[in-house]
Amino acid sequence: MAAKPRIIIVGGGLGGLWATMRVVERGFNVDLFSLFPVKRSHSCCAQGGINAVLDVKGQNDSIHQHIVDTIKGGDYLADQPPIRNLCDEAPGVIRTFDRMGVTFSRTPEGIMDQRLFGGVKNKRTAFAGATTGQQLLYASDEQVRRYEAGGAVTKYESWDFLSLVLDENGVCRGTTAMDLSNMQVREFRADAVIVATGGLALIYGRSTMSSNSTGAPAARVFQQGAKFANGEFIQFHPTGMPGHDKNRLMSEACRGEGGRIWVPRKEGDTRDPLEIPEDERFYFLEEWYPAYGNTVPRDVASRAICRVVRHMKLGIGGKDLVYLDLTHLPREFLETKLGGILEMYRTFFGEDPCERPMQIFPATHYSMGGIWVDFEKDEQTGGMVSVHARNHATSIPGLYAAGECDFAYHGANRLGANSLLSASFSGQVAGDAAVAYVKGLGKDNAELPQSVYDSERKKQEEVNQAVMTSDGGENPFALHRELGDLMREDVFVERSNEGLDRALDGIGKLKERSHRVSLDDQSSWSNQSLSWARQVQDMILLGEVIAKCARMRDECRGSHYKAEFELKIPEGKFEGDPEYAEYKAKWKANNDKWLKHTIVTHTADGPQVDYKPVDLSVLPPDKPRDYR
Amino acid sequence: MSKEIVFKIRRQDGPSTSAYWEEFRMPHSPGHNVVSALMYLREHPVNSRGEKVQPIVWDSNCMEEVCGACSMIINDVPRQACAALIDELEQPIVLEPLSKFPLIRDLMVDRQKMFDALLKVKAWVPMDGSWDIHRHAPLIAPDDQSIRYLFSRCMTCGCCMEACPQFHENSAFIGPAPIGQVDLHNSHPTGKYAREGRLHAVMGDGGITDCGNAQNCVQVCPKDIPLTDAIARIGRQTTAQWLRDLFVK
Repeated sequence: MAAKPRIIIVGGGLGGLWATMRVVERGFNVDLFSLFPVKRSHSCCAQGGINAVLDVKGQNDSIHQHIVDTIKGGDYLADQPPIRNLCDEAPGVIRTFDRMGVTFSRTPEGIMDQRLFGGVKNKRTAFAGATTGQQLLYASDEQVRRYEAGGAVTKYESWDFLSLVLDENGVCRGTTAMDLSNMQVREFRADAVIVATGGLALIYGRSTMSSNSTGAPAARVFQQGAKFANGEFIQFHPTGMPGHDKNRLMSEACRGEGGRIWVPRKEGDTRDPLEIPEDERFYFLEEWYPAYGNTVPRDVASRAICRVVRHMKLGIGGKDLVYLDLTHLPREFLETKLGGILEMYRTFFGEDPCERPMQIFPATHYSMGGIWVDFEKDEQTGGMVSVHARNHATSIPGLYAAGECDFAYHGANRLGANSLLSASFSGQVAGDAAVAYVKGLGKDNAELPQSVYDSERKKQEEVNQAVMTSDGGENPFALHRELGDLMREDVFVERSNEGLDRALDGIGKLKERSHRVSLDDQSSWSNQSLSWARQVQDMILLGEVIAKCARMRDECRGSHYKAEFELKIPEGKFEGDPEYAEYKAKWKANNDKWLKHTIVTHTADGPQVDYKPVDLSVLPPDKPRDYR
Repeated sequence: MSKEIVFKIRRQDGPSTSAYWEEFRMPHSPGHNVVSALMYLREHPVNSRGEKVQPIVWDSNCMEEVCGACSMIINDVPRQACAALIDELEQPIVLEPLSKFPLIRDLMVDRQKMFDALLKVKAWVPMDGSWDIHRHAPLIAPDDQSIRYLFSRCMTCGCCMEACPQFHENSAFIGPAPIGQVDLHNSHPTGKYAREGRLHAVMGDGGITDCGNAQNCVQVCPKDIPLTDAIARIGRQTTAQWLRDLFVK
């Protein structure tokens, strides 16, 4: 071990910043890498809020209920002990954010307000206007800057993480990264590395994500041996606003605050929405799911919208669009509760949502799957041991993962406002874990010879060289567009094995083409085409993982839906009815077969898929998800 | 509505080479903004003379006007490119990099100065650490929260700095955005315990007295942050601090 152990953190969104705080507070220094100034990270796009049971709304909310909602919301596919800690410690996370000075919205008494979100029945979501993620990110950024001022944090902003440096035993001992100004590759020593590199929805071309959320770092550690889990589970947010560059998100808070989703009842109705009388509007979520109405979980809402548009042909003007209507709510109320998002709709669509219903459609949003991470179970509490080197450890010793790039907590579907929570919480846990790991290394962890680092750096320089000199004629920007089109066509909300086979075939061709690019930019200075061409190769690789996992899972669970394998809840039948009992028996048999994690290993011949049991020790699955 | 989108873009291959103008034409379709159009041009890097050129380099991330990355000068106004809708702009659309920051390439500049300023003015609430102490911060009145919220949305995008006549290469002036952050943290119930340090950071050379009261900053701020209110409040606080320093210490 070097004289002063160092920990590298890749990614400066909420996960990376919380990990940084934790590592510094436990006495170690951090080298923090990011593609851009960390304050611009994608966490800033989260709008609606962060879940924690504060029980300030007279609803007898409980941490137990938060645990149950999260587990059921994820269709039982997440390991349950870590969820217990996530929900237990959520109020503490919120209190800490409060102390950091986050401008949480207040009640008239000056306490934190809480709002309703999807998949739950209690008001449990703390928020700061409609820019909660931005506010939480900035507060964390400020605290990390405070540590930077004290010399404990060194930032490498505008650096692209390229690879891990592994020793002969496969232990992570550092990284290589590329300076995005002069395009030079450098190696960095570290005793532990945490990747907190966010989501991957750019694989779908247009999504709700920032233009840097490519998943490339996850693909890079995956190729070096880190296992990837539950890749098929991608959340499609029901209320996206379609655009050329991205599908901007209209927060779930719109529905939480009373927004209603509808289409005209009559196919081909071209009337102005304001002229369509109430009884000629089809509020399909309210009709189909009276108990939760418009606040059903995201997977349920997205499928319902696709059903109405694609199968019942009731999309607005025959297009892939439905109405999200706020016009029945008072303007003042909307401006207070949803100001930021309304402003965004006005800016980008040019209409006022207080006056006219918004037009929305599901958009690729969040990856529940990601880098597989471990946890140390606490047999006494049934949760996870709070501080342990196994928590959030990947399958590469010395490498940790936190935030959206890991696979934990959300199972087959994430509940709204649980991601700001899991990003912050998992960053904290991974930071603690990395420190515990480094402390346990001892003196026998001899310093690695420079030649190991040199050889990894040279390898990465050669990859750059190959991309720069290749003249196969392919345009990396066009390849990305094609990848997105393909993923949105056949690996979207509704999937079929036929479509997925087609997708895998198409991805195979793209993969091969991605190694035959010709870059229009030959400069060695700030060459965005070079870094993009490499990221496109990585996106194609993860696209293949997602499609392969989806192809192999012959069932419906959470966000993963194949009509052919759907177990339908008998209409109008509930617990106690023989027809329902029959359905439940089938549901249990299906769980016996499919309630397991998909675990993917990278091989030269493509992704190799295995399965692993889920830890169900907190809430055994004895009731199907039912939001009617 | 024209069937084409025409851009005139100020380009520069690197910090030490000279700048040049290049014109681009692309097909029009409704709903484009400057970033989505630049994405099209990146995939089709051909200028209006039909010559293949190097793809334009620019900065962007969130594409929904919350990250602050894509600031540039569009038809003479510093603003976020993602929120600049093509159909609302006069053509040819003239794009230039921010001029008050070191140029990296084309439309991309280095705004490290702004982050350095946040460090200098200690724009944070001092706390023991990120662990839970089982207590909230003190209560905050909804009205106070609303005012603080205006300032906590500052994206460090640099538009106010670009528009400020006092902020430039040959001046030490810290600029409007960091002063807004001093105000934000000085108004927090526990953040104000450390107000002296922040005030000292904006007193003296390059500090708040360098503000020439041109009020350009509020006009260009994409988030309508009332920066001049903050400058007025912090101006009063620094005066009081100056007197305290003189007589009390």
